[in-house]
Amino acid sequence: MTEPFLIGETMTGGYGRGPDILHSCTISVDPGQIAVIVGPNGAGKSTAMKAIFGMLNVRSGSVRLAGEDITKLTPQERVMKGMGFVPQVRNIFPSMTVEENLEMGGFIRTDDFRDTMEQIYSLFPILRDKRHQAAGELSGGQRQQVAVGRALMTKPKVLLLDEPTAGVSPVVMDELFDRIIEVSRTGIPILMVEQNAKQALAIADRAYVLVQGANAHTGTGADLLADPEVRRSFLGG
Amino acid sequence: MDFLNALVMLTNFVIIPASVYGAQLALGALAITLIYSILRFSNFAHGDSMAFGTVVTIGVTALFQSWGLHLGPLPTALIALPFGVIATALLMIGTDIAVYRFYRVKRAAPIVFVMASMGVMFVMNGVVRFLAGTKDISFDDGVRFVIKAAEFKKWSGLDQPLALRSTSLITLVVAVAVVAWLFWFLGKTRTGKSMRAFSDNEDLALLSGIAPNRVVMVTWAIVALLTTTAGVLYGLDKAYSPFTYFQLLLPTFAAAIVGGLGSPLGAIAGGFVVAFSEVVVTYVWKQVAAYLLPAALEPTSLMQIMSTEYKVAVSFAILVVVLLFKPTGLFKGQSV
Repeated sequence: MTEPFLIGETMTGGYGRGPDILHSCTISVDPGQIAVIVGPNGAGKSTAMKAIFGMLNVRSGSVRLAGEDITKLTPQERVMKGMGFVPQVRNIFPSMTVEENLEMGGFIRTDDFRDTMEQIYSLFPILRDKRHQAAGELSGGQRQQVAVGRALMTKPKVLLLDEPTAGVSPVVMDELFDRIIEVSRTGIPILMVEQNAKQALAIADRAYVLVQGANAHTGTGADLLADPEVRRSFLGG
Repeated sequence: MDFLNALVMLTNFVIIPASVYGAQLALGALAITLIYSILRFSNFAHGDSMAFGTVVTIGVTALFQSWGLHLGPLPTALIALPFGVIATALLMIGTDIAVYRFYRVKRAAPIVFVMASMGVMFVMNGVVRFLAGTKDISFDDGVRFVIKAAEFKKWSGLDQPLALRSTSLITLVVAVAVVAWLFWFLGKTRTGKSMRAFSDNEDLALLSGIAPNRVVMVTWAIVALLTTTAGVLYGLDKAYSPFTYFQLLLPTFAAAIVGGLGSPLGAIAGGFVVAFSEVVVTYVWKQVAAYLLPAALEPTSLMQIMSTEYKVAVSFAILVVVLLFKPTGLFKGQSV
């Protein structure tokens, strides 16, 4: 088997000097794929993603991006290496305009990023209309688009989304999923943590069910949706 | 005629002095608000930083005067001001490296920073007195008046004089220029935007690759510009006095909080609110009332709400009222 593009392999660790939350958990994603992490509350879904992004003490195991070991790098250094991360909360600059949010996303770029901004506006047309409005004044769904847009400004090689649909209405959630699929069609591999397991599995090329910080089930989204045990334990029958 | 006399009196004794004082407070309040929103603490050393910048400017002014360098009708202090700003910026950045950075790395609570800034305040208090003594110093050497009282009376034929001191005009012009530059800087430049981003959401700013140390240094430099300019303008307009500068801490904080901590527009509005309140409350209204009211209603008292010695109480009262009824201030800043 060839090495996946981004992999967190047998990661064990926790926050600071606290107890371990992850127990040899393995998550990976390949180009053109959407990988989702689902599981019950407190299963360590977001923690697994934060471990991959370097916000956690990974005591054993490793994180590799395109074959390079990045386990010891800080989150900022991982951004430089081509990882884009959208936190679950506080993921925009509320008092700044949409356009300024995108500019700040491209802060580390020294080249002209107007092309990228243009691409983001065509992915999320609503942002073009609201470009001069303060991001904090937008609706929940629009803010998430700003947040994803901001992360895309660095032209990341892989995008990590931590519960992008948290706190938005079902209609908005469907729209956000459509947008995420569109982003993935541009060729960027996406790793996403989701609370809404059914919808997430439906769009997943690869899916991980975590339970108590460890891998419980792994497969394609369709496989897991069809798996009677997964259905019984996590999807309500 | 009575109405015009009342208007001239009001302009001469209330509107002009309060606007000038308001502009000086606004510059100081902007510095307070910048530190609060970017470095996330209330800087108690503000008044003494103002004094330090002014003292350096006074020294350089004296040096220039001894060389015979001057600006004609304008005070020499204006060419010495940039040197005061640079010295203050270096002092502030040095203080940051020596004191505040330690607490920032430890992610200490804001109150720890406030206490540290109090220590800095005491040290700077001493340094400033060591450099320039404790006496008042006047260092205005330009033309004194733009509009002279006697000339205005002759020209207008009114009983009431109107005088506009050149330092008043300089204060307003310089304050407008500095504020305009600051808003342009924060709104249009890459560095300014990164400062706003850092203030909005520090974690996300770090993720976006904004270098925190650079933001902190630039903030101190801008704060040095604002405080030194405010101090020099205040000193030109009135006189430099270390104790008065220390006491300006209260009205400046009142201004920043009234406007809404963290809001630059609020700091400016707050400066004028505090300045106008102080002047209006301590002004003797008897004669203005005499001009405006029919003779039968002419007041017998002075019509002064509070005597001038108590003007600090006005800032206190404003602070209490704002914190009780509108803790986020006029422009929706952060509540304290």
